[in-house]
Amino acid sequence: MTGLKRGGAAIVGAAESDLGQVADGLNPIDLMAQGIARAAEDAGIRVRDIDGLLCATTQSRTSGLNLSEYLGISPKFIDTTILGGSSFMFHVAHAVAALQLGLCEVAAIAYGSTQRTVGRRQASVREVNPFETPYRPFLPSTAYALAASRHMHEFGTTREQLAEIAVAARQWALMNPAAWEKKPLTVDEVLNARMVSYPFTVRDICLVTDGGGAIILTTPDRARSLKKPPIYVLGCGSAITHANISSMPDLTVTGALASGKEAYAMAGLGPKDIDVVELYDAFTINTILFLEDLGFCAKGEGGAFVSGGRIAPAGELPVNTNGGGLSYCHPGMYGLFLLIEAVRQLRGECGARQVKDAETAIAHGNGGVLSSQSTVILGTAATL
Amino acid sequence: MEASPLAVYQSHLDKGELAYQWSPVASRAVFYPRLVCPYSGSTHLEWRVASGLGTVYATTVTHPAQGEPYNVALIDCDEGFRLMSRVEEIDPMQVRIGMRVRFRVHAAEGDQLAYPVFVPAEDGR
Repeated sequence: MTGLKRGGAAIVGAAESDLGQVADGLNPIDLMAQGIARAAEDAGIRVRDIDGLLCATTQSRTSGLNLSEYLGISPKFIDTTILGGSSFMFHVAHAVAALQLGLCEVAAIAYGSTQRTVGRRQASVREVNPFETPYRPFLPSTAYALAASRHMHEFGTTREQLAEIAVAARQWALMNPAAWEKKPLTVDEVLNARMVSYPFTVRDICLVTDGGGAIILTTPDRARSLKKPPIYVLGCGSAITHANISSMPDLTVTGALASGKEAYAMAGLGPKDIDVVELYDAFTINTILFLEDLGFCAKGEGGAFVSGGRIAPAGELPVNTNGGGLSYCHPGMYGLFLLIEAVRQLRGECGARQVKDAETAIAHGNGGVLSSQSTVILGTAATL
Repeated sequence: MEASPLAVYQSHLDKGELAYQWSPVASRAVFYPRLVCPYSGSTHLEWRVASGLGTVYATTVTHPAQGEPYNVALIDCDEGFRLMSRVEEIDPMQVRIGMRVRFRVHAAEGDQLAYPVFVPAEDGR
């Protein structure tokens, strides 16, 4: 992103809150605060050192106020940008800018959701759109299904190829103790599951869980004095192409094409230089679209690319190593979890699912109905 | 302002017409109706009535928890604008991308105002 300095800030703390189905009575601000306390512990800083606060949730109109009060802090820099699941990648870029300009010194990015406990309808109230609501689209599934239909039509992508993505995600999830799903999954089970919006069965669609977490960023100087090895922000990029699916210019090309280009340019890296790939997989088609748009394969070749286990644990390209939104956790706005997993992979903390010698990672966030795309490229000290 | 873009659009539908806006500055159709052209920033937008012919751009069949599966589609109208709609009078799984379709009004019922739907176009042109 123009104006941001490569390696101008580092992630020094990362943690999930409670996940899955959280204790009755917990609210999204509880989960944000729990994530921040755990991330602060992970970083070796005190919560009261946080002077920059960035957060988003669909369940609190003024989450920045509520979270500040809860933590007993008065942040010098605050940002509650909310653009769907990619919000937290936008927050990273904004936090880097704020740290670079000296607007704050320690920035926390937090998320919390209790959508499983309270129900999706209450967690994310649907807005009426007179140009879409009469057709009863089951949003967001119907919108992503429309994109999948177009990809299948133009490039011959098959339901089996989509199913391979869900299967790979499940294989990764089985190596992540924090993952919601605990049982193996086959292509046939994906294809024969309950149909939701053709071509998607319920297994092509992300989980509905509770959850939250936080990451903490600071200046490179301060980062080097803390507990864990700093993970540097090498590149950021973002793009907004539409809000509603009926206004998306081309359903087979997402804003990830532009956000990826911007992030790669800032990082001075290309897709071949990336060791770990974390993509926002709210639906199986997402993984294909983002692998293509971020340059891991050519446009239209995503279906063939994911076949034969290429993105599964034993494959050539490690994608969604935590099990993804499909099998690990998806509380509604999943982007923060991609950043947490990327940080852990680069620190070498991932146990059975650890990608060997990982020095660079891409965490790509998606929001709305393929509407907002934001890419963050991270690297270890060796990449500076 | 005498009438909102939505009200003008709806009044056309109530007469059986599918209306859209034309931006003279951008020389292209604008949909959904609005006050500012998204291609030029101009507030000069003219109303036009579409021929009603279009082509299916994308299609899905949504399966509700209760009730029959139904089609949701994106239609590219011949005048150069796209809208979400539904193709009726055909098995929803048989709606194909590239299929030619013709507009008709789905009449108002209860709180739901009239809205545009499509049916397969007989002559295809």
